[in-house]
Amino acid sequence: MRDVKTPPEGGLDWLDAEGPQADIVLSTRVRLARNLQGYRFGLRATEPDRRAVLHLAREAAEATDSLREGVAIAIPSLDSTQRQLLLERHLVSRELVEGGGGKPPSHGALILGERDGVSVMVNEEDHLRLQGLVSGFRLRDAWGLVDRLDEELGGRLPFAFHAEFGYLTSCPTNVGTGLRASVLIHLPGLVLTQEIGKVLQGISQVGLTFRGLYGEGSEVVGNFFQISNQTTLGKTEEDLVDHLQRIVQQVVQYEMQARTVLLRDAPTVIEDKVWRAYGLLRHARSISFEEVMNLLSGVRLGVGLKLLPGLSVYSLNRIMIFTQAAHLEQMAGGVLPEGEVDVYRAAYVRRVLAQEGDPSPEGDDGELPK
Amino acid sequence: MQCEKCGKNPAVIHLTQIVNHEMSTRHLCDSCAAEMGLDSGTTAGPAPLTDFLAQMGKGMGAGSGVQVGECEFCGLTLTDFKRTGRLGCPHCYAHFDQHLRGLLRKLHGGTQHMGKVYLAPDPRETDRTARVASLRRSLARAVEAEDFERAAVLRDQIRRVDVAE
Repeated sequence: MRDVKTPPEGGLDWLDAEGPQADIVLSTRVRLARNLQGYRFGLRATEPDRRAVLHLAREAAEATDSLREGVAIAIPSLDSTQRQLLLERHLVSRELVEGGGGKPPSHGALILGERDGVSVMVNEEDHLRLQGLVSGFRLRDAWGLVDRLDEELGGRLPFAFHAEFGYLTSCPTNVGTGLRASVLIHLPGLVLTQEIGKVLQGISQVGLTFRGLYGEGSEVVGNFFQISNQTTLGKTEEDLVDHLQRIVQQVVQYEMQARTVLLRDAPTVIEDKVWRAYGLLRHARSISFEEVMNLLSGVRLGVGLKLLPGLSVYSLNRIMIFTQAAHLEQMAGGVLPEGEVDVYRAAYVRRVLAQEGDPSPEGDDGELPK
Repeated sequence: MQCEKCGKNPAVIHLTQIVNHEMSTRHLCDSCAAEMGLDSGTTAGPAPLTDFLAQMGKGMGAGSGVQVGECEFCGLTLTDFKRTGRLGCPHCYAHFDQHLRGLLRKLHGGTQHMGKVYLAPDPRETDRTARVASLRRSLARAVEAEDFERAAVLRDQIRRVDVAE
């Protein structure tokens, strides 16, 4: 296991848009929370506790098939841009890089497997947060990956486990299985047909929870939602995963139906929306991240509806990640002055879309409708 | 587009929110947004669980009348827990179990873990039995679902636990 300061490119496998239904469900994540016997966790953990936990975790990780060829990143040794980079790639939580007071908690670390999308956060709210992150809608795969890692680590570390309460966690909302399964899903159709409220209400009523991506709390950006299980105690891991699978599959169906209705009843409106979004992204000279996300939603919808042939979902995913602040800084080789970030962002987007080629249908020379 | 609140300044903050399952977008200028306390930075504040605990008040299950003092391993008190919504160490669960049961029932609908059973590197007999039982349940499900790859993995795990006997 090597020590590094930035994630190797492999940390972005989950963007590859290869997974099933990857244009609607961007990615799937399953996370398990684990703590070690004999050490304080979360807010009560002392510096010696955390140091010991990190040492034990690294030792155990070195011996596992999943992680031995991977990399270890010590969070406190990173500068703020490097930390932000990890956050922007969805590899760590805000808790790990900022803690409660803007500074990363001591001995926090991210251990990234060489491939497959497995990783472990060390010394976050719980001692260990095992993660399986894959592209597309693949809950069983993500669960299988993280389960195997759990077996490997559990065979070498003394996990805190209680016969009645299950795996013990810092927050009682995670106790039991310690499992949080979630999908990142794009629902522009349901938003446009204004059925999204009904669907989200339905989700809440079956033991699941949702939040907007990127926004804080109730904010939604780019019509992206994260849907996850709410309870963790009293059901088997398979039950929790299967339940989320079934409900999300239903939501995907509803989204596809909504898109069909939109195409049938308002094809010109949809086409206009999609092409305007593409036009702005392709040619704007200055653009905020929020605007990129909102326009990307229109373009992604366009790709899903086959209105923008030749544009890859993978490129759209990359734009989503690389137009964030720390990524732009890394690309530019340093901090960009206040007014220039938006300009640089626009240039990056133009470059990516230029490389994709022109998605205009042949003969789009403004022929007048008959 | 002008700010929808003051109508004077251009709207630069477009906040899309879902509240009570209704999705709405507000268009505001910098000053009106600041006035309304909308911060584009990270929102600090008590975790949702603490609101929940506050609502539950002193009646946190049957054990609420019982004086239980602090956890002997980490020193956490019930007051600490109600304030932060977080426990401090594995021992807290045993120490505060009467108080926790009511909360867990409300949060999860029950208190009994039904999932994977952890087997320590140096297990006791009872641990092993529970572990094998849990693995056998998972195996039955995998076979039923015709997920034979997973079934094979589970079969190996069962074999390993039994052999260690």
